[in-house]
Amino acid sequence: MSTLVEIRDVSKTYARGKQKVEVLHHVNLDIQQGDFLALMGPSGSGKTTLLNLIGGLDSPSGGSISVGGQRIDTLGGGALAKWRAANVGFIFQFYNLLPMLSAQKNVEVPLLLTGLSAAERKRNAAIALQLVGLADRASHKPTELSGGQQQRVAIARAIVSDPSLLVCDEPTGDLDRQSAEDVLGLLQVLNREHGKTLIMVTHDPKAAEYAEQTLHLDKGTLVEQATA
Amino acid sequence: MKYLHLIWAALFRRKTRTILTLLSIIMAFLLFGLLDAVRVSFEDAGKSANGAERLQTGARLSFIQTLPKSLEPKIAAVSGVKDVAYANWFGGAYQDPHNQVFTFAVSDNYLDVYPEVLVTPEDRKAFNEDLNGILAGEMLIKKYGWKIGDTIPLQSQIFPNQEGSKNWSFKLVGVMKSKDGDAFQEGMVLLHWKKFDETTPYNQGEVGWYISRVKDVNQADRIARDIDALSANSDHETKTQTEEAATRNWIKQMADIGLIVTSIMGAVFFTLVLLTGNTMMQAVRERTSELAVLKTMGFSDNKVLALVLGESVLLLLLGGVIGLALVSAIGMVLPTMSGGMINNTHVGISSWALGIALASGIGVLIGALPALRAMRLNIVDALAGR
Repeated sequence: MSTLVEIRDVSKTYARGKQKVEVLHHVNLDIQQGDFLALMGPSGSGKTTLLNLIGGLDSPSGGSISVGGQRIDTLGGGALAKWRAANVGFIFQFYNLLPMLSAQKNVEVPLLLTGLSAAERKRNAAIALQLVGLADRASHKPTELSGGQQQRVAIARAIVSDPSLLVCDEPTGDLDRQSAEDVLGLLQVLNREHGKTLIMVTHDPKAAEYAEQTLHLDKGTLVEQATA
Repeated sequence: MKYLHLIWAALFRRKTRTILTLLSIIMAFLLFGLLDAVRVSFEDAGKSANGAERLQTGARLSFIQTLPKSLEPKIAAVSGVKDVAYANWFGGAYQDPHNQVFTFAVSDNYLDVYPEVLVTPEDRKAFNEDLNGILAGEMLIKKYGWKIGDTIPLQSQIFPNQEGSKNWSFKLVGVMKSKDGDAFQEGMVLLHWKKFDETTPYNQGEVGWYISRVKDVNQADRIARDIDALSANSDHETKTQTEEAATRNWIKQMADIGLIVTSIMGAVFFTLVLLTGNTMMQAVRERTSELAVLKTMGFSDNKVLALVLGESVLLLLLGGVIGLALVSAIGMVLPTMSGGMINNTHVGISSWALGIALASGIGVLIGALPALRAMRLNIVDALAGR
């Protein structure tokens, strides 16, 4: 298996007023293509910061990050946006669907950035919704869906443009146990059957059990590594 | 175009607020369209194919000052003058002072210099033969349900009759139509100057203005100078100008319509910018996390900027187009409602172009600040709710 994500000596410092807070300290990490990695740790340990850096939402203060052989820490805003559109799917704790659009239209949104025609966008979105088991809810607005269904629409949106990397920030944090298990099962299917590389931040040890590998962060440092 | 549904959906995310904002924009553009129609109507006043060969001679000092009737043969004798007519302002109101009727006391040949005002030979004969007769425009006759032979009471704002009363009584003897569909001409009343002059004790032997037709329009400037030379250094110096210029000056002496319209619209649009701008700011602030999600998915800063700007421009264009379309609908009844005062009420291409340019400009203006905020949005901070 080849390495998809290479993190070398990455640090991240935020300015809080006059004070500087180092959230990540010289982190080194390799994530293989097709991995399902869980990131765990207490609040403030730097899990989400690391996830944001891998997903190209933020830039490190030091060190380098390569994804699929491309240095993303050196990319400018516009290039980084293009890179995200082509390579990464995001899944959030609170789904973050656009409330005024139907499930189908929500899933189509990332495809607006591609050269696909309206008919192709519609077809691809329908396939993605079918994959997450919500083909019959395509015309429903987010408010007409349960939390679990909304998260599945968000997963469909994350995979519709076929990115190699999925980053998930507490994807089950707002769900009941049954819905959480459904969503985690779906993520596992995407990893095992569709070859997606998943990096998931979670507080829930049960959720982490779905991952092949769990990393622990504490005070900005990787402290422990466990393999499922 | 592929982003239109996204912009549309964002716009109507909060339907009630958007509809209320849209209503205020519609009202602003309705007002703009109506006032612009008034401005264009006044600007076009006096413009007509026949008007090009007519010169108007009035007192140099003010349009309310009268001129001696003795000037008529002297003007007629000026080289290049084809014929001369004259008229006095009567200023009639029918039944109620609010029912203003443009009424003029005119010379017998008045209709000869206005060939675009159509009167049948029978009606013209009846008018010539009855000193108490009046001709009324077709629109006016329909408006008040008058019939030929009716006695029409008209109240003059200025001129009393022999008994000292300002209530005059005339007999309707004929109908006037405008060849050009001019609502002003179809809304006016003509009475005999002779009757007026004999009846009122005011300004006897005086006329309000002269209308001269010239044989050659290229000679109009020279003829105007020659006419004015007749009264030079007298107590009734004249100013002769084309009908269009005279009408404009007459309107200018009443009010600067352009300035009034611009001032009102300036205040309306300034308020609109403040209100709509505030609404847009609020709308975008509420969607901070949604905009951050779009950026997360790969929408560039410029695309997010364009989406927010597109939203404000679409809102303004929507309101502007509906407002101007309403003016077009109202324009069909406005000439009648204004008694011909506001004549040109259709929203012309220039008004549409100006309206759409204004809507787009205001849309960009009110969208600029929220769009810039959206563009500069830091994804991590926005997703964290900071």
